[in-house]
Amino acid sequence: MPLVTKGPKPSQRKRRRLVMILSAMAVLALAAGLVLRALNDNLVFFMAPSDIQAGKIEPGRQFRLGGLVAENSVTKAADGLTIQFIVTDLVNETPVRFRGLLPDLFREGQGVIAEGRLDESGTFVATSVLAKHDEKYMPPEVAEALRKSGKWEEGSAGGDSP
Amino acid sequence: MLGSVPEIGHYALTLALGMAILAASLPMIGAARGDRRLIALSGPLTFGQLFFIGIAFASLTYSFVVSDFSVLTVAMNSHSAKPMLYKISGVWGNHEGSLLLWAFILALFASAVALFGSGLPAAFRARVLSVQAAIGVGFLLFMLLTSNPFDRLDPPPLDGNGLNPLLQDPGLAFHPPILYLGYVGFSIAFSFAIAALIEGKVTPAWARWVRPWTLTAWSFLTAGIALGSWWAYYELGWGGWWFWDPVENASFMPWLAGTALLHSVLVVEKRGAMKSWTILLAIMAFSLSLLGTFLVRSGVLTSVHAFAVDPARGVFILGFLALVIGGSLTLFAMRAHKLQPGGFFQPISREGALVFNNLILVTAVATVFFGTLYPLFLDALTGEKISVGAPYFKATFVPLMMPLILAMAIGPMMAWKRADLAGVLGRLKLAAGLTFIVVIIAAWQVTGGMTMALVGVALGTWLAAGVIGDLAGRIKLFRVPLGTSLRRAVGLPRNQWGVTLAHLGMAVAILGMTGAESWTTERLVVVREGEVVELAGYEFRFDGAEPVAGPNYTALRGHFSVFRDGELVTRLAPEDRTYANPRMQTTEAAIHSLFLGDLYAVIGDPDGSGGWSARLYIKPLVSWMWAGAGLMVFGGMLSISARRVRRKHSVRAGQPSPSAQAAE
Repeated sequence: MPLVTKGPKPSQRKRRRLVMILSAMAVLALAAGLVLRALNDNLVFFMAPSDIQAGKIEPGRQFRLGGLVAENSVTKAADGLTIQFIVTDLVNETPVRFRGLLPDLFREGQGVIAEGRLDESGTFVATSVLAKHDEKYMPPEVAEALRKSGKWEEGSAGGDSP
Repeated sequence: MLGSVPEIGHYALTLALGMAILAASLPMIGAARGDRRLIALSGPLTFGQLFFIGIAFASLTYSFVVSDFSVLTVAMNSHSAKPMLYKISGVWGNHEGSLLLWAFILALFASAVALFGSGLPAAFRARVLSVQAAIGVGFLLFMLLTSNPFDRLDPPPLDGNGLNPLLQDPGLAFHPPILYLGYVGFSIAFSFAIAALIEGKVTPAWARWVRPWTLTAWSFLTAGIALGSWWAYYELGWGGWWFWDPVENASFMPWLAGTALLHSVLVVEKRGAMKSWTILLAIMAFSLSLLGTFLVRSGVLTSVHAFAVDPARGVFILGFLALVIGGSLTLFAMRAHKLQPGGFFQPISREGALVFNNLILVTAVATVFFGTLYPLFLDALTGEKISVGAPYFKATFVPLMMPLILAMAIGPMMAWKRADLAGVLGRLKLAAGLTFIVVIIAAWQVTGGMTMALVGVALGTWLAAGVIGDLAGRIKLFRVPLGTSLRRAVGLPRNQWGVTLAHLGMAVAILGMTGAESWTTERLVVVREGEVVELAGYEFRFDGAEPVAGPNYTALRGHFSVFRDGELVTRLAPEDRTYANPRMQTTEAAIHSLFLGDLYAVIGDPDGSGGWSARLYIKPLVSWMWAGAGLMVFGGMLSISARRVRRKHSVRAGQPSPSAQAAE
């Protein structure tokens, strides 16, 4: 082994170690600060229409809305691009407005998750309608929301054939 | 006879488990006792595992190819009308089959060590292969106890459920195997680390063995992640390329840890320092690979409840993870103090720069880890459902990377042991000037250039200029005649070229990400035949839409002609496909890549009165991301090839320890 074995004085080693530990702590503190700040601003809660009814979220705050797309509720505005539909957890309903192309998995009677905010009138303005790359038609959060609303029956929705 | 192929596969899997148990124990005992006969069993047992897992894998592939729906996995995930490529890729497009692929690649890597590791001390190699086999035992047991790919279905259905059409794509057909070559490749670094802990010593020779394997894993993982991102970009049809989705993060964390490992192993090799840290990183990289595999495959990501639906799997996975991570960390705690401290260095030195690299990368892993798993913990503990999306990662991961990219241009120019920072920065004056000019041009040229975009441009340019400046310095460009410089360039070690290209790839990728993230312009429109839509200097003319039929889908295909200054640039034909099995719609974006950006078109629904909704994008510099990733992979492979050449060379020259010449 060509490595120097006599090495530096122990005090030098100690100082090097101290420098490293201090810089590691500095970086970690920085990261912890970033994480805390980011969590404060960017946690996105998941809500069902009943949660909104219960006033769990104030207008203007970003969140995810989940539920079923109510049957016969999808309408297209005159511009051909703005879509309105109703998301239901079979107890309460929330109207949703979205401008854009809907994901491939979007269908009436199927589960949906949309991200956006409530406006003053109580309409949910979606910035994105999520199509998770997942082979199940029923997003688990939606299934959970339906279970909570007491309307869920195993196998009643979310099967493999819509 | 052919009807019992699944039973042959099942039987082979059981035999492989037996072999793995023997391989995990006998050579390990032999190495401890110095028993040569037991040590000699290591090679044959390793090849035996590969043979039997290979048979099992071939059996399952056969069942998929002939659409044997009496096999549950095949019935659940395949369909007789599917193109052959996707019948084969369907083998690993599900939980059971992907585990089998995992075990197969694990055995493949172990056999490669047995085959190419003739230069390793026999006892050490036996220990490495035993650890490798022990991991195999875990996977084979998991498969046989909870996820048998050869379970039969009686009576067999007439046809299968089919594969999710989104996954029926050439890009995604090869994404999992390449990703797994990366994941599983880190098992070698892990096995080497555990074997070194057992023996209580880490030497530069050890690092020289670990580095090519780590590079191999890293290169595959880089390629796998890039392929996945590319797939998301063109297949999901909304132009995104990275969503900070837990599934993506699961592969990104081992990549970050592996990148750190790649750099710290270098310090062990050249200077004999950072030994215990490197061992820890090897354990971490592989643990994150395991975690990634299980996160994606167990269903825990879609829901904690899905995990609880099959408690046997959940308990096994948690137990296995606890055993691997807990066991190796315990061993580490017991043995780390035995490792001799290595070469001393000043904070301002190449080693210091690499420590900085490791510090940032590991912190970055921690932030990604936290963001990915926090929602799971919160759900499991309180039942509250939250999601941590892209904004969190942009606010934590991205700022952490900035100093790293800044340092990336400086580090490779620093000398080992003690560097002259002022001198290095002096040599980077030109790069700094160039960066300044490019940022000014970008700010002036590109309207709506946000701060983040300019920061991205600055970092990418700085890194590229720094890397090229470093290269120019090494080949004495413009200081000696051009011919001499070229000769020097050819004569540079391939290792050096590897570093240069990989770092340059990073710079190119950063510019690509910046362009795609900040300068994308898009328009959502309803178009009628003959209508022209103007977007960022391009004119998209809609030429109508027509129905077309594919092998297992029907589609509506739209036609766009794209003009710039009256000249035809390209024609785009996006499709809106409807698959038959399972019944599902997918969007096939039409993409035309230019050097400076992509033209991207998606067609949506008809509005019923002759109009079609469509989404058009201009995405500047997107293809630079894939090009950058390609450069990184190429650089990695160059480095790997360099090592083998040098070893042969040094063996021929009769040098017992090539480390003397490697110490520069």
